Amino acid sequence: MANELQLFPESASIGAAGVDANYLYILGVSVFFAVGISLAIFYFALRYRRKSPGEIPKPIHGSLALELTWTIIPFLLAMSMFVGGTVVFFRNYHAPANAMELFIVGKQWMWKIQHPNGVREINEMHVPLNRPVKLIMTTEDVIHSYFIPAFRIKRDVVPGQYTTMWFQANKVGKYHLFCAEYCGTQHSGMIGWVHVMEEADYEAWLSGSIRGETMQQAGERLFNRLGCATCHKADNSGRGPTLVDVFGRAVKLQGGTAVVADEAYIRESVLKPASKIVSGYAVEMPTFQGQISEEGLLQVISYIKSLSKSVQAADAPASEAPAGKKGGN
Amino acid sequence: MSATLTHPVDQVPMPENQGESYLTKGKGVMSWLLTKDHKRIALLYLMSITAMSLLGGFFAALIRLELITPGGDLLSAESYNKAFTMHGVIMVFFVLIPATPAVLGNFLLPIMIGARDLALPRINLLSWYIFIIGAAFTLYSMISGGVDTGWTFYTPYSSTYANSAVITAALGAFISGFSSILTGLNFIVTVHKMRAPGLTWFRLPLFVWGNYATALVQILGTPVVAMTILLVAMERLFGFSFFNPNTGGDPILFQHMFWFYSHPAVYLMILPAMGVISELVTCFSRKRVFGYSFIALSSVAIAVFGFLVWGHHLFVSGQSVYGGMVFSVLTFIVAIPSAVKVFNWTATLYKGSISYEAPMLYAFGFFGLFLIGGLTGLFCANVAVDVHIHDTYFIVAHFHYIMVGGAIMGYLGGMHFWWPKITGRMYPETAGRISAIFVFLGFNLTFFPQFLAGYLGMPRRYHAYPEEFQIWNIMSSAGAVVLAIGYTLPMIYFTWSIFAGKKAPANPWGAKGLEWTIPSPPPMENFETIPVVTEEAYAYAPEEDEEHEVNHHV
Repeated sequence: MANELQLFPESASIGAAGVDANYLYILGVSVFFAVGISLAIFYFALRYRRKSPGEIPKPIHGSLALELTWTIIPFLLAMSMFVGGTVVFFRNYHAPANAMELFIVGKQWMWKIQHPNGVREINEMHVPLNRPVKLIMTTEDVIHSYFIPAFRIKRDVVPGQYTTMWFQANKVGKYHLFCAEYCGTQHSGMIGWVHVMEEADYEAWLSGSIRGETMQQAGERLFNRLGCATCHKADNSGRGPTLVDVFGRAVKLQGGTAVVADEAYIRESVLKPASKIVSGYAVEMPTFQGQISEEGLLQVISYIKSLSKSVQAADAPASEAPAGKKGGN
Repeated sequence: MSATLTHPVDQVPMPENQGESYLTKGKGVMSWLLTKDHKRIALLYLMSITAMSLLGGFFAALIRLELITPGGDLLSAESYNKAFTMHGVIMVFFVLIPATPAVLGNFLLPIMIGARDLALPRINLLSWYIFIIGAAFTLYSMISGGVDTGWTFYTPYSSTYANSAVITAALGAFISGFSSILTGLNFIVTVHKMRAPGLTWFRLPLFVWGNYATALVQILGTPVVAMTILLVAMERLFGFSFFNPNTGGDPILFQHMFWFYSHPAVYLMILPAMGVISELVTCFSRKRVFGYSFIALSSVAIAVFGFLVWGHHLFVSGQSVYGGMVFSVLTFIVAIPSAVKVFNWTATLYKGSISYEAPMLYAFGFFGLFLIGGLTGLFCANVAVDVHIHDTYFIVAHFHYIMVGGAIMGYLGGMHFWWPKITGRMYPETAGRISAIFVFLGFNLTFFPQFLAGYLGMPRRYHAYPEEFQIWNIMSSAGAVVLAIGYTLPMIYFTWSIFAGKKAPANPWGAKGLEWTIPSPPPMENFETIPVVTEEAYAYAPEEDEEHEVNHHV
């Protein structure tokens, strides 16, 4: 494809600029010191080369002032790098509240991507231009890592956990998707493409590829099939607590503690129901470990989210942030 | 024998055959295999570590051959994964960690402090045997199918999913860890208890300080990785659940425990090498080191702060953002003592009397590679940038610059410097200089392109890769050829010199330090009489000539 020598990766998200700015700043400081010190070494090595075999130079013990100078200046420079990096990291970490959600499940050796309306893809991810997208990710087996170099983002997907990551693409195109955490034999085959499309093209693509139900519908079907609905009744008359308007809220637990009902809490409650019991209820629910897949879990979560009006309005507290801000530079 | 530094006090008569070289006193294989002499044990380590480095180098060659083309057409994916795993396990646990302390440290540390041996000579021999047993396990895992987890043994892949000889390989690393712990313990006891009269802490050669700091890390860190590896083995063998999330374990816990040791392990490799560099720079500029106490204490600072930065390996693993922030700032802080060392070495050259023998060329090479390796560490400490470069070739390049570029430059520089002392023979000087230049150029050609490939996004541990990265990989593989020549040359001419090299005088470089006051090669007992030290280290000029005004110039 491209024959010219590429020195800098493509940049296709609003978060990329902050990372590149940090990179270039550190590069500048590094080049300055590397060149400066190398020149000093070269100069000293030539200027003070041994002229006669018996030569004994005068010793110099050291200098406290110099030691302090070359401790404090590098320290301050390092701290500036720390601040610069941390500011961008926090901004690139917290998704805005209005981000659309995609669900990623890693598996040896493929990526499964689900859109909220039910469209599924493997190793290809289509996303709209200029819209914040939040990825909610997990894995069926070992640790993988979702890496999109053009967006300068990467996050491990960890078995038994949800990790999240977000981006807002700002350039139409096709970009590499890599697994960055070594995951076994076909690790280098666990790659794909991210397609950034104009909003209209994305909508057309999305409606063109709908087959069957949305994630919510699939989740609702699972919710009924697995019998969840028999106890978790909408009017709170069942043996278990109602799940209407629960997502994103604080839930009181036995023992007086509270937990925010987020994706991880729901997942845990399905797989290990006894670990956090809602105050006022008995430990009755059986585990659904082995009866529901990671993707099914994400569908059920999606359904439970849809039962919560507050979610549409304000989104979960876990993903609040410098909301709506375009991430600057 | 120079008498400027020492004068005899201790008139305890020497054992019989006094003064006979350690190489000739005692003949036959058993006199080596059962020796308690620190110098002979150093040579046992030298031979075993060199053999392991050839094996590790063979796997590196396979990796570089495979990556010349993007298609993954030389090895199968499985074989490639095993090749990089064996390369990592062998090089980290059996070459880089032991090289400088177990060979040069073992040989020199007692002599440098004016002792006849390490404090615990039997333990010293034991640690070599443990090392060999560890190596045997690892080699057995290689011939019994190989292991494909990467040298990092990440769970749950290693504990549940991998179908390879994980346990034997891991046990190899586990066992060799004890060798490292015992060596560290031995060094600490020796430095505390066996310094010659007059040799105060701040008169110690900086090589001793470097090894002392290393020993602290060895005995504090290594047990943690040993436990971690044991837990993985228990999970694989008996189904215990520590790291498997399906049964209540936490895979990230492994990463915390693993890096709690394995990050400080990088300092295990580099601290003794830094100690070597301090010796080389002072000797070949005939000048005491600039800022002795700052160099000495910065080694200790690195050893201490090195224990507080492991979390920077987990920036993208789901660790909390605040955790990332704290580990980022600590990582930036640990960079400072390294910078202080570089500045002090550079200042040592100022107004020196500099000559360019091979050891000094290696020291110059160390400066170049360590500068690049250290400065690129700043990119990795910056969380925003690290999120992008994590697990890419940028990281591969960065740690090779430090762990191989820095550590092996120091080790080879030291081997050239002390070769006349160890063997009593001079190596051929021109060949030595050529090898230093080959290693420096070859190293940069191999690893610099990997920074660029990494920032462009090429992930590490990829058997096949997108075509646009090929150009960088071709450069890397070409560089590896040059580097291989650079590393092979010393093995050839060192071996040659044992038989045909010029006989070495006691002090061929005009260097200071107790090791240069005894014959080359040293007698079995090192010192006829225990020396008394009356001077600071690196007293190349008589005290009264000292230039004290420097403080006022700043």
